[in-house]
Formats: sequence, structure tokens, C-alpha cells
Amino acid sequence: MTQNSRLYTVFAEALGVQIDQISDELKYNSIPSWDSTAHMVLIAALEDAYDVMLDTDDIIDMSSVVKAKEILAKYDVVV
Amino acid sequence: MTKQLDGRKAFITGASKGIGKAIAHSFAEQGAEVHLNARNKNDLEALAEEIRGRHNCKAYVYPCDISNPEDVKQAFVNYRATNRQLDILVNNAGIMQNSLLGMVLPEHILQTFSTNVFGSVYCAQLASRFMMRQRSGVILNIGSIVGEEGRSGQSVYGASKSAITGFTKSLAKELAGFDIRVNAISPGMIETELLEGLAENKRLEAISNIALGRIGSANEVAQVALFLVSDAASYITGQVIGVDGGMAF
Ligand SMILES: NC(=O)c1ccc[n+]([C@@H]2O[C@H](COP(=O)([O-])OP(=O)(O)OC[C@H]3O[C@@H](n4cnc5c(N)ncnc54)[C@H](OP(=O)(O)O)[C@@H]3O)[C@@H](O)[C@H]2O)c1
Repeated sequence: MTQNSRLYTVFAEALGVQIDQISDELKYNSIPSWDSTAHMVLIAALEDAYDVMLDTDDIIDMSSVVKAKEILAKYDVVV
Repeated sequence: MTKQLDGRKAFITGASKGIGKAIAHSFAEQGAEVHLNARNKNDLEALAEEIRGRHNCKAYVYPCDISNPEDVKQAFVNYRATNRQLDILVNNAGIMQNSLLGMVLPEHILQTFSTNVFGSVYCAQLASRFMMRQRSGVILNIGSIVGEEGRSGQSVYGASKSAITGFTKSLAKELAGFDIRVNAISPGMIETELLEGLAENKRLEAISNIALGRIGSANEVAQVALFLVSDAASYITGQVIGVDGGMAF
């Protein structure tokens, strides 16, 4: 599995959507299944998948898939 | 014989003394693995040793000041290094400083709220992430009768404990969808170090306001805490339960 598809899989599973609905451009609140509650589920899933504990600022800043990549990179996660 | 909290992991703040210590013992006695927090490391290590010896269970220490968000984060990062599961959080650490309104200093307000309210929020924020992932968990906050009824000379402490009531009720609604229950205990007068320094006449006056005619023990609070975090309370959330011997001001 490529790094990108791993990240997409985590997003798809956490948001309960098909993987083909995930792209770098996908934004928070742009689809019904990525609402604030799902965002917290997503955070938990990302923390589990990449073994990190995110700061609250980063949780708030995670406004898109591409932003998630940037944030995870700060925690030395290669995505 | 199965115990009420077999296989559960509990993080307890302010665990080294008084009510927190009694809660830690009661959970450990019922099979929980306990993760203990307070500021003083020596006190915590002594308690962990005592718990391991008495209940033959696992006990770990996380010395930190819960009013400092960075310290709390580090404690949970340390917790996460060896644990993926967290079943119970008890937000018990609290401080009480009495003064009439005219003598309340800004730093006193800040200290009280930083520990009693902000610290509970920081811990719940991080603990709930484990619980949301599991889609199960229990958060138990320790409020106070002063937050429910008010008391002269305790306006700031009372305000901080009323905040705990609001926090409990709101969080219960927010986390119910994840099967996470959130409740609070509102103790009356309980014999702990918090009451040290209370003048004898004040003590007698307080007892005269308690229907049961005596001060409660930390263990009496711990038994209610045990019930609320156990499966016996599986349909209870968003409640503030008084453990006060029928106290009225
Ligand atoms: N006793 C009562 O009559 C009574 C009545 C109503 C409500 N309560 C509430 O019950 C809770 C426990 O009270 P208690 O009577 O057991 O008090 P206590 O005997 O004074 O114990 C307080 C505990 O909290 C810890 N603590 C205090 N500040 C902390 C901080 N910033 N970070 C981490 N740990 C901290 C203390 O250890 P360190 O000093 O080492 O940090 C200690 O373990 C409090 O929330 C209190 O408001 C008590």
C-alpha cells in the first residue's frame, strides 16, 4: 500500500465513505460525512494509524486531506 | 471470582490523598489497572506500591500539574506509549481556598479555575480520544455541594465546582453517541486534608447542618464512584450525584 493510499484508507474508514471519494482536495465540512463529530473519529483513527498524539491546535487546523499530510509531517510521519 | 472492574484501565487525577486515594484503592480492589496522577511524585509512588501490595494489581504513576496543558499532554503521551485502551477517567484533583469576595485575589481565581476546571477539561479532552476510538468509556468528575448550593466565603471555589456541573452535563450529551458516560459526584463534607485547618467551631457548625450528623469518609465517596464507573450504572449519564449525608447550608 502506498503512503497516500494508506492515508486515504484511514480517512475513508473513519468518515465511512468509499476510498474513491477521498482526494487531497477534500475539505472538512464539504461532505455530510465529514462533520465535527466525524472529525473527532478521524483524529482518533489517524492517531491510531500513525501512533501520534495530536495537539488541539492541529486538530482544529486539519481542514483538508492535504492539510492532514502537512500536520502529520510535523510529527515525523511520512505521508 | 469476577470483579466489577476486571480488565478496565482507570486514570485518576489527584489520586495521592483523600478522596482520590480512596477511589484508587476501591477501583484496584475491584480489578482495575490504575494510573495515578498528582503533583508530588513521592506520594504517588508510595501509593502505587501500597496498591500493588494490597490488591495485587498493576499501578502506574503520572506526576504532573493538571493545570498545565503541556504537562497533561505529556502525561497522556506517556500513558499512550504503553496503552491503547482507557476505560475510566476520574477528574478528582481539586483545590479549595476560602475567602470573602472582597479578599479574593486574581491569582487565587486563576489557580482555582486552572486546577478545578481547566485541568478537568484538559484531561477529558485527551482521555475521550481513547474512549471515542473504543466507542466506550466513563468520565467521572468530582464537583462539590458548594457548586450546587453555594456557601459564604467560597464564591470562587463554588463557581469552579458549578462549572464542573455544566461541563459534566454538556459533555454527557456530546459523548453519548460514542457510548461514553459522563457523571459527577458532588460531595458534602468529607474527612480529608482539604478540611485541615478548619476551626473546631466551624466544624461543629457544619456538622449541625448535616442530617446524618457526621462528616463523611473518603471511602463513602469512593463507593459511589465505583458504582458510577461500573456496568451497574450503564444507563446513568449526565447526572450529578450528591454524597453529602443530607447536608444543607
Ligand atoms: N473533602 C471535602 O470535604 C470535599 C468536599 C467537596 C468536594 N471535594 C472535592 O473532592 C476532590 C478531592 O478532594 P480531597 O478532599 O480528597 O482533597 P485533598 O485531600 O487535598 O487531595 C487533593 C489531591 O489532588 C492533588 N492535586 C491538587 N492539585 C493538583 C494539581 N494541580 N495537579 C494534580 N494533582 C493535584 C493532590 O496532590 P498534590 O498536592 O501532590 O498535587 C491530592 O492528591 C476535590 O476536587 C475537592 O474539591 C472535597
